[in-house]
Amino acid sequence: MSEYITCQEVITFLLGYLAGELTPEKEHEFERHLAVCPSCVAYIKTYKVTIELGKKALGEPASGGPAPEVLAPELLKAILSGRPLS
Amino acid sequence: MDGTAISTAAERAIPLARDGRSGLWGSARVIPMPSPALADGRDQDAEEALLAALRAGDERAYHELVTGHGGRLLAVCRRFLGNEDDARDAVQDAFFQAFRALPRFAGSCRIGTWLHRIAVNTALMRLRSRRSKPEESIEPLLPTFVDDGHQATPAADWLEPFELLERQETRERVRRSIAALPDTYRTVLLLRDIEELDTAEVSELLGISQNAVKIRLHRARQALREQLDPHFRKATVLS
Repeated sequence: MSEYITCQEVITFLLGYLAGELTPEKEHEFERHLAVCPSCVAYIKTYKVTIELGKKALGEPASGGPAPEVLAPELLKAILSGRPLS
Repeated sequence: MDGTAISTAAERAIPLARDGRSGLWGSARVIPMPSPALADGRDQDAEEALLAALRAGDERAYHELVTGHGGRLLAVCRRFLGNEDDARDAVQDAFFQAFRALPRFAGSCRIGTWLHRIAVNTALMRLRSRRSKPEESIEPLLPTFVDDGHQATPAADWLEPFELLERQETRERVRRSIAALPDTYRTVLLLRDIEELDTAEVSELLGISQNAVKIRLHRARQALREQLDPHFRKATVLS
């Protein structure tokens, strides 16, 4: 039986693990570590929550979300002043 | 556990890849132009009609373009620049650039997508131009490990996400924590997680390798998580 990879390796390679970019062997090592390490399991859960909190805190992503705000009239006027004249 | 021999993930090697580029942006690049399919025929017809009217110089079409997309673009610029005056200037610049580029816009993606990329690029350029002092290191914000590779501070579960998201104070804290990230990392976090550009697009836009994008994104998320952790973790710490 090979040694377990460390928490540091798990956290360092986490992006590749979540993206499914690791080799099957490396992924297996991850799973073995996670089966015995509640701290890394918690780290991964909270890492994912961090991403979601970021999306929510800064408003909805570019592809969707609530109706955008209305531009202030002076800004709208300034922008339209730059349109090509027909 | 010996807490005296602490190092960061970066110091202890095992890098995802080498980030050989220096500086915040690398070389400036042309705006990447993805080509997502238009949603449906009706939308496509409407967009083509709008484009035709814009190219004909129709004043109402310009008004529709700016009122229809301006609010969202202003929000984009605000996210990058954090300053209302800069954001307003940037969105104005972005529209001026778009007006000039209209004759060359092939209509291969939605107008909103096209404008979004222009606004992002404009905000990035403005951010670069106002940067005057050396950036602080992200290292102090990254997780630390002891000699045997265990986390120096074991992770613990957080409160339920839906519970956190109900709180206005959570959003404020997350905003402040993102704003506190060094620009190099904050920018990649915004581009990937908020503006939803893919790794290749961010690589092209910033003029850095895709591996560098991945490293910066991972470190930015880690640093953000570290900042939030003391505030959101449940009382019980896992052993």
